Amino acid sequence: MADSTNQRSGDRWAAGVAPYAEMGYYDPDYEPADTDVLTAFRISPQHGVDPIEAAAAVAGESSTATWTVVWTDRLTAHEHYQAKAYDVSPVPGREGEYIAKIAYDLDLFEEGSIANLTSSIIGNVFGFKALRALRLEDMRIPTQYVKTFQGPPHGIVMEREYLDKFGRPLLGATVKPKLGLSAKNYGRVVYEALRGGLDFTKDDENINSQPFMRWRDRFLYAIEGVNRATAASGELKGHYMNVTAASMEEMYERAEFAKEIGSVIVMIDLTVGYTAMQSMSRWARRNGVLLHLHRAGHSTFTRQKTHGVSFRVLAKWCRLIGVDHVHAGTVVGKLEGDPATTRGYYDTLRCSHVPENLEHGIYFEQDWASLAPVMPVASGGIHAGQMHQLLQLLGEDVVLQFGGGTIGHPMGIAAGATANRVAVEAMIQARNEGRDFYQEGPDILERAAKGCPELDAALEVWKDITFDFESTDTPDYVVTPTLG
Amino acid sequence: MRITQGTFSFLPDFSDEQISAQICYSLEHGWAMSVEYTDDPHPRNSYWEMWGAPLFDLAVHEADVVLREVRACREAHPDHYVKLNAYDASLGRQTTALSFIVGRPADEPGFRLQRVDDHDRVVRYQLHSYATDRPAGKRYIAESEPS
Repeated sequence: MADSTNQRSGDRWAAGVAPYAEMGYYDPDYEPADTDVLTAFRISPQHGVDPIEAAAAVAGESSTATWTVVWTDRLTAHEHYQAKAYDVSPVPGREGEYIAKIAYDLDLFEEGSIANLTSSIIGNVFGFKALRALRLEDMRIPTQYVKTFQGPPHGIVMEREYLDKFGRPLLGATVKPKLGLSAKNYGRVVYEALRGGLDFTKDDENINSQPFMRWRDRFLYAIEGVNRATAASGELKGHYMNVTAASMEEMYERAEFAKEIGSVIVMIDLTVGYTAMQSMSRWARRNGVLLHLHRAGHSTFTRQKTHGVSFRVLAKWCRLIGVDHVHAGTVVGKLEGDPATTRGYYDTLRCSHVPENLEHGIYFEQDWASLAPVMPVASGGIHAGQMHQLLQLLGEDVVLQFGGGTIGHPMGIAAGATANRVAVEAMIQARNEGRDFYQEGPDILERAAKGCPELDAALEVWKDITFDFESTDTPDYVVTPTLG
Repeated sequence: MRITQGTFSFLPDFSDEQISAQICYSLEHGWAMSVEYTDDPHPRNSYWEMWGAPLFDLAVHEADVVLREVRACREAHPDHYVKLNAYDASLGRQTTALSFIVGRPADEPGFRLQRVDDHDRVVRYQLHSYATDRPAGKRYIAESEPS
């Protein structure tokens, strides 16, 4: 073949091992196309390894390359399929760490398949010996690829219209104790929490179908609690019925039963895997049942700053896969969550267009092309006394889940629910009236508690509870205060 | 029982001044306002009667215009539920932004939960509003009053 490119780079095809950067996986002049999938990897090369070569290796291994030169590349338009590291920059204040931006042609990915996307992007490269650590910080999904995914079965707007609940965060609680309750006792907690004023109750991630309580029994008692509470309040209520199971057949069976008995929502755990999530998303769209996702297991790979996959990337995958709810952090609760980073997650889930924002950990502009937003869920160690902080940090389109903060109330479960509902309504009222609710929050709550003994008791019992630990996953870029 | 639909049903009923503050907040956001009423408070009743067309394009200082409609609706339908909605027409939302009850009947009889046993321990539930036992328009009027 008289291919001038190949002739010029004759050494490129010599048998043996060539540096990835010289094989075309590094191109500082490459201008990403609008249709490219872009990634930002945090790379920590082994001592003595050139960061550019490390970045090129990541690009190579996550696209076409193997460890040695193969002549069969020449049977393809290989340059088209090669991922290209186009920018490698040191991370400020973090010695030995670099952000490598890599572009992938759209042809590398199967339409509408998160399994395929992730097998490519995070398939092999994380075990690479030349790197001490590797973290996928962010991805830009081009709109051409976004449009091949279904997205959330319903989305925030449809959920609010379906439930007829507007203008305030939704409230939920996870039934506790997580394990051991009989089905009848479990349904009691559902009923009390919902009649007291919550919108949702929830199965925990590890409540599936254990010897102490089988799934079908739980669903039947929970739906009795839901319907009793709806009748007692005139409001629509729901219980997230966890249909997570060992096989798709069993998940479908449980979901079909939840639908048959009238549940407005079912839930799955992240542990079921991306393909199962996509299957359940289609089921939920087809059957008009909201789909809640618990991100069980995510911290095994999202939490550490130098290795794994950032939750903001997982949040993007979840929006593409299509879930109506996903847990996204509380900031103030018991689980990991830096405020700026968490804000980045929430924007990724809720906004139709997310601009680049390094202070929030967002490396790329993302246009969602009208893909429905996902309702974030804040759960884990939050209580009514934090309502002003929760509203300030998380906004209005969120489910606030007070498990212990409802069920642990000294006057009972329904009282705990009432305390949370009064607190959120009072805070929304104050915000809308133009008050500085964040600063005046404790005062707003105290005044609301004067007419509500349930809230008064909640504020008293949990007044000193905070979870003030340093976050491990924080942005590298902070806003520099300007002198005004 | 007190029906707790709407954004603020767990708080004491708002005064006109408090309602005005919520109207101002809505108008500041450019939301359209509408008043609706019903005597069928079933939670699946999506279509309450419209008290006229929605009010578009009001300035913040025109909050009184909305409050007048709230009052007029309440006076015309003292035995109905009345709610005030704010509607956000912006791209990506195009839905209700705020919706709260601003008038309710003196007596709220609530709902009966009808159960029918079905196969294999499944129970079929039906929510029945006691008020709708009577014809529309006569549902919340006391027995002794001429109707």
